Amino acid sequence: MSNINELFGFACIALGLAFDFFGCLGLVRFPDIYNRLHSSIKCVTLGTSSILFGLFLYKGFTHAGIKALLCIGFLLLTAPVSAHVLSRSAHKSGVKLWEGSACDHYKDDKDAVS
Amino acid sequence: MKGLRWFLGLIGLVGTVAAIILLPFPSLLAWQSVYLEKIFFILVLCALMCLWRVLMGPTPADRAAALDIFGILIIGFCAVLGIPTGRDWYIDIAIAWALQSFISMLALGKYLEGRRFDE
Repeated sequence: MSNINELFGFACIALGLAFDFFGCLGLVRFPDIYNRLHSSIKCVTLGTSSILFGLFLYKGFTHAGIKALLCIGFLLLTAPVSAHVLSRSAHKSGVKLWEGSACDHYKDDKDAVS
Repeated sequence: MKGLRWFLGLIGLVGTVAAIILLPFPSLLAWQSVYLEKIFFILVLCALMCLWRVLMGPTPADRAAALDIFGILIIGFCAVLGIPTGRDWYIDIAIAWALQSFISMLALGKYLEGRRFDE
């Protein structure tokens, strides 16, 4: 690690690895599907974005660096949409909430409409 | 009993991560930096935790969510793999995997809702 760009790139990759690890730990440990998505999808999205930004700092303004920035854009666009689709379809397919959950606004809205 | 299980799991996780970071593993592949090998070991540990959720998930939505997060981890894996090999086309695989994972998750969501694909 002689160059300062490589040093900051590896620092960003280490930060992203910490976010990925704690996101997957939440995926294993939390009680139901909504808590698992709530804990893990944000941590893993930010962690992988940080890894790609570290790759951009490592490579500089080359083809691979610009493609890493493009991949950050794709990831930030698609990951929250897929998590929303999964939680909505889980609620519609009848997955129960954890018994310690406080409220269920989506069920209240569906009851109010119908 | 529950506190004992928490304690054992915490000891196992902290011990695994500390062993990955501190111990000098035998070099599996002839890369220059030891640091990159430790990055790959931690990413493989995260992927194994996702596969545990795929194996043990009580509902199909749990398995689908774990597969989504596994796909996002593979994007990071491809991005890191571009550094020691020096090949630039691994990031192309990462972009293609991001778009393909999004489309497949949309299809799985529609399947879990119980609707047909053409409405």
